[in-house]
Amino acid sequence: MTQTSGVKGLEHATSPQRENLITILQDMQANFHYLPEAKLREVADRLRVPLIQVFHVATFYSCFSLEPVGKHLVHVCLGTACHVRGAPRVLDRLLQELRLSQPGTTKDCEFTVKTVRCVGCCALAPVVRVDADTHHHLTQAKVRGLLRRYHREAPVPAAA
Amino acid sequence: MPNLQSVQELEAFRTACQRAIDPARPCISVCAGSGCSASGAREVLQTLRQILERQGLQDTIDLKSTGCHGFCEKGPVMIAWPEGTFYNRVAVRDAAEIVASMSNGRRPVERLLYQDPVSGERVQKEEDVPFYRRQQRILFGNNGRIDPKAIEDYLRVGGYSALARVLSGGTPEQVVDSVKRAGLRGRGGAGFPTGKKWEVCRKNPARPKYIICNADEGDPGAFMDRSLLEGNPHSVLEGLIIGAYALEASEGFIYVRSEYPLAVEHLGVALAQAEEFGLLGENILGSGLNFHIRLVEGAGAFVCGEETALIASIEGRVGEPHPRPPYPAEKGLRGKPTVINNVKTWASVPVIINRGADWYASIGTAHSKGTMVFSLVGKINNTGLVEVPMGITLREMIYGIGGGVPRGKQLKAVQIGGPSGGCIPASLIDLPIDYEALTEAGSMMGSGGMVVMDEDTCMVDVARYFLEFLEDESCGKCFPCRKGTQRMREILTWISQGKGSEEDLRLLEDLAWMVRETSLCGLGQTAPNPVLTTLRYFREEYLAHVREKRCPARVCKELITYRIDPTLCDGCGACVRVCTSEAILGEKKHAHEIQNAKCLRCGACLEVCQPKAIVVT
Repeated sequence: MTQTSGVKGLEHATSPQRENLITILQDMQANFHYLPEAKLREVADRLRVPLIQVFHVATFYSCFSLEPVGKHLVHVCLGTACHVRGAPRVLDRLLQELRLSQPGTTKDCEFTVKTVRCVGCCALAPVVRVDADTHHHLTQAKVRGLLRRYHREAPVPAAA
Repeated sequence: MPNLQSVQELEAFRTACQRAIDPARPCISVCAGSGCSASGAREVLQTLRQILERQGLQDTIDLKSTGCHGFCEKGPVMIAWPEGTFYNRVAVRDAAEIVASMSNGRRPVERLLYQDPVSGERVQKEEDVPFYRRQQRILFGNNGRIDPKAIEDYLRVGGYSALARVLSGGTPEQVVDSVKRAGLRGRGGAGFPTGKKWEVCRKNPARPKYIICNADEGDPGAFMDRSLLEGNPHSVLEGLIIGAYALEASEGFIYVRSEYPLAVEHLGVALAQAEEFGLLGENILGSGLNFHIRLVEGAGAFVCGEETALIASIEGRVGEPHPRPPYPAEKGLRGKPTVINNVKTWASVPVIINRGADWYASIGTAHSKGTMVFSLVGKINNTGLVEVPMGITLREMIYGIGGGVPRGKQLKAVQIGGPSGGCIPASLIDLPIDYEALTEAGSMMGSGGMVVMDEDTCMVDVARYFLEFLEDESCGKCFPCRKGTQRMREILTWISQGKGSEEDLRLLEDLAWMVRETSLCGLGQTAPNPVLTTLRYFREEYLAHVREKRCPARVCKELITYRIDPTLCDGCGACVRVCTSEAILGEKKHAHEIQNAKCLRCGACLEVCQPKAIVVT
């Protein structure tokens, strides 16, 4: 493995530009599904940018994560249209099913739950995006079935 | 692939494209926008393709996937040409019947036609559906006709003819003048006159100049920019290229949200095609104009919709705004003059050039010209994208186009302009929608999100929701916005929990004015709007929360209780099965009971109760 493996924009560029910092981090996020600290240090070195500035950018934008994420990424839309059509209840149920107290990654690393502000499918509210699929008109009752489609042994407690 | 060297070559190629297709040839165009895709359009499209191939009809009936038609509620939607038969809510199992109807006799599939909810009649054509009949679709009209990944389709409907016109005779000054006379105002929200902005940038001697398309559509409840980029990306590119000519800009940027993968994909395809055809790059159509466009994906920050923050983000920095002046038109990207406009603003430019500034200015009201695109969502029957002339009344929008509020509920408010817009009460239903009228009512045009709320919506909860959003998205650079949104959200949370007092209402109002007056950028300056408008129009509801500790809309969890009406409960046990807190007791076939101490008020039982025996008080 070369020193810059997996970080596009650093591999080929002879003089990486400060202006490309966000693009480089986006590629890194896409490759590793999070931003490993070692890689961030490397980016800071190569771009000749103080590490604190790289961290500033990495923590400012919501698409970056400093923690590894699970196999399936679940985005619960909390946009206005979804909110008025009951998205908070869907989120609560989802967290309950996955035994999470707040959005984050499950113990078995199968799912990471994140909330997003509007995926632009407001006409179909409430929506949840799992990986690349958008699921619409969700209700609390549909949540378990939805999770089962992605992971058979979803950590589902028996209902009362 | 032709590399077009002149305007004449472009026109010759257009004619060839138009001749290549017989207008009488049957074609099924399926909406494959994000909305319809989520409802299963891709599967329908695939099935249609398989059936056509199996029956050997692939050369007789064309199949096309188009951009968003706007009527997302009824998705997947499609149109069968040449008749223009509009089908809605099409499922995979309907595909064979549609193909059969087109290959023999062309009698429409009656049951898939739109049914008027009032008269019960079936409507065959898209333009006769009430949702469309009252619209004026000058930006979105072509969405249902073209394949966004085929530049030939865009050329067929007259695409790039405005660019040709400008390059073969118009001076840059004339272009700026047209945009000015048309009265076009920024469609991103603030409504600044576009021509004026262009003029400031044009007069600036500094070089190079940049232009930016702001496609960081961050407002929750708004998706018109996404639909235009997905459905007709070339119309935005054409606007940008004309802008580059008028402003003598050498480089352009499209800053698009990464949450919109389909828009990113279609823009990428469109950019590559435009370059291949000689419509972008060096010496465009032999005119000597050099212009390149770069696609920049946003990294997820609402504040980047603000122009100075967006520019910082393109420069690879955190998206923090800086005070204006200097405005970007004077000192923008990399310190150079930069014009930054919204997606719809850029897409309006070719329309103005083609149809004339006077024609454009004849649409709308005295100070708000042209059409505006709204995303009509929330508690409304016909959700979707709507393009209407400025000045249309709220009543026409909600009842004429939107088909009213579902399930016979009462309209309570319409939230316009995104999170920092305001809630317009149902009593102002005859308000004409233009920049001035909305501002006067305490709201704003914003990017055109329109969320309809019914009697079951609590306005304190709505205000709390927006402040939570804004607190989250505040970049934190200036104190009034950072701390002010947090404090306002805290007070609203107390009130929604029944812990607020009337003194808190006064404090809330004071804070709101302070944040409005002292924040650095548009985010903070408009953040108090949800608080101020709900306090102005729904004070009674706030008072019920603080005086009586009661939530009239029965939303705020701490102020409501669930119980079962024993006379309605049939003891089916559905609620027991979904209750995760084991709060419901009862034997089968006997009336059940909710234990209040255990109840989380999650509403799961309400969802599943068939006899509607669960009462919220």
